[in-house]
Amino acid sequence: MSTLKTLIEHYNYVVTIFLMMAGLYIVVARGNMVKKLIGLSVFQTSVFLLYIEPGKILGGTPPILDPAFSVYSNPLPHVLILTAIVVGVATLALGLALVVRINEAYGTVEEDEIFDGDGKA
Amino acid sequence: MVLLTMLAVVTVAIARQRSLFAVVILASIYSFLMASVFLVLDAVDVAMTEAAVGAGVSTVILLATLHLIRTVEVRHLRPRLVPLAVTGVTGAMLIWGTLTLPPFGTADAPIHKHVVPRYLSESIRETNVANVVSAVLADYRGFDTLGEVTVIFTAGIGVILLLRGGRRRDRLADGDKTS
Amino acid sequence: MSLDLILRIGTKLMLPFILLFAFYVQFHGDYGPGGGFQAGVIAAGTVILVAITFGLGAAQRIAPHGLVDRLIPLGLLIYAGTGVAGLLLGYNYLEYTGFSRTPAYGHEYGILIVEFGVLVTVSGTIIALFYAFAERSR
Repeated sequence: MSTLKTLIEHYNYVVTIFLMMAGLYIVVARGNMVKKLIGLSVFQTSVFLLYIEPGKILGGTPPILDPAFSVYSNPLPHVLILTAIVVGVATLALGLALVVRINEAYGTVEEDEIFDGDGKA
Repeated sequence: MVLLTMLAVVTVAIARQRSLFAVVILASIYSFLMASVFLVLDAVDVAMTEAAVGAGVSTVILLATLHLIRTVEVRHLRPRLVPLAVTGVTGAMLIWGTLTLPPFGTADAPIHKHVVPRYLSESIRETNVANVVSAVLADYRGFDTLGEVTVIFTAGIGVILLLRGGRRRDRLADGDKTS
Repeated sequence: MSLDLILRIGTKLMLPFILLFAFYVQFHGDYGPGGGFQAGVIAAGTVILVAITFGLGAAQRIAPHGLVDRLIPLGLLIYAGTGVAGLLLGYNYLEYTGFSRTPAYGHEYGILIVEFGVLVTVSGTIIALFYAFAERSR
């Protein structure tokens, strides 16, 4: 019974780990490069969720100082994740630029067709 | 809670879809739902950035890439067992690890104890700025933001180097791979 | 093509408000949610919207290639330059205490300048990314 209670209290962590693993599965198990990059982005965003969830205080407000409120949610994860989001989109853009060039060079974006093309060349 | 379940459903749909255009739209929906979850978790700056960046810029760049690539994933999708087993085992270990975290939303968790009370109480006196996240980002942790602007700068330069040059795709067909 | 007409007129009406909103988010980053990154992305969204609705030529009349290419390092220069200005005034690198008589106002001015630098670089990079992808297929 207490494991069930713990699981319900930690339900959001369970779903976050599920999202993370789904993103990882997309990266590993699908051959299309654009889909791999989207899976990577899913993985990154779920890691951000994992960082922000412990910062929330039930009954607190967003961390903007105001004389009417006294309990604020933790602002430190927000700062780190803000940086991480923008870095994530930068890497996504670079990855997609590479995919475009690979497509022009090999004619395809499927991973095993690229490996076959490399084997023959 | 409901939002999180919707996120999980969208992710499974991304994994199983074959049309790349549908996958891009699903990724945009995923970013939008994630921004809503961030809003519920009181992370307003992060929600605004995720909505602007994930559902805006990310989708535009993905659609531009699809226009340049023009394929639909033709591979027959079958669930692969080894990746499924590996992700299952890793997921189980991670869930077992996160069970020792404090329950969701408690006010006396250790991460609220060390530096954050100082930031929350001293920020208005030292910097006269009410948004603690902006104050920490640009003042207390200014070096991190300098590094981040450098990363954005590098990514911009990298993409320009890779894709500038305006070569037509039919000119590339005679094997000219240099730019 | 009545659908096209609605899109064009709607975009023309909305464009100044989008840019205004970007600057609002930038300068109110001190008092509410916002700051440099969000404002940079929204400002870049203005140019991208023009490019999507009216074509790449119209967008390049608003934000020419050379200007965008020079904006990207300019923001980084503003940021690092603020740090060096802190050094020249006798404090540590990136310490804003010397910018005004009261240290608190000095910090606030420093934060405003630094966030402006972030805005310039982020918007420049995103517009340059979009141009690079869009021109590849010409």
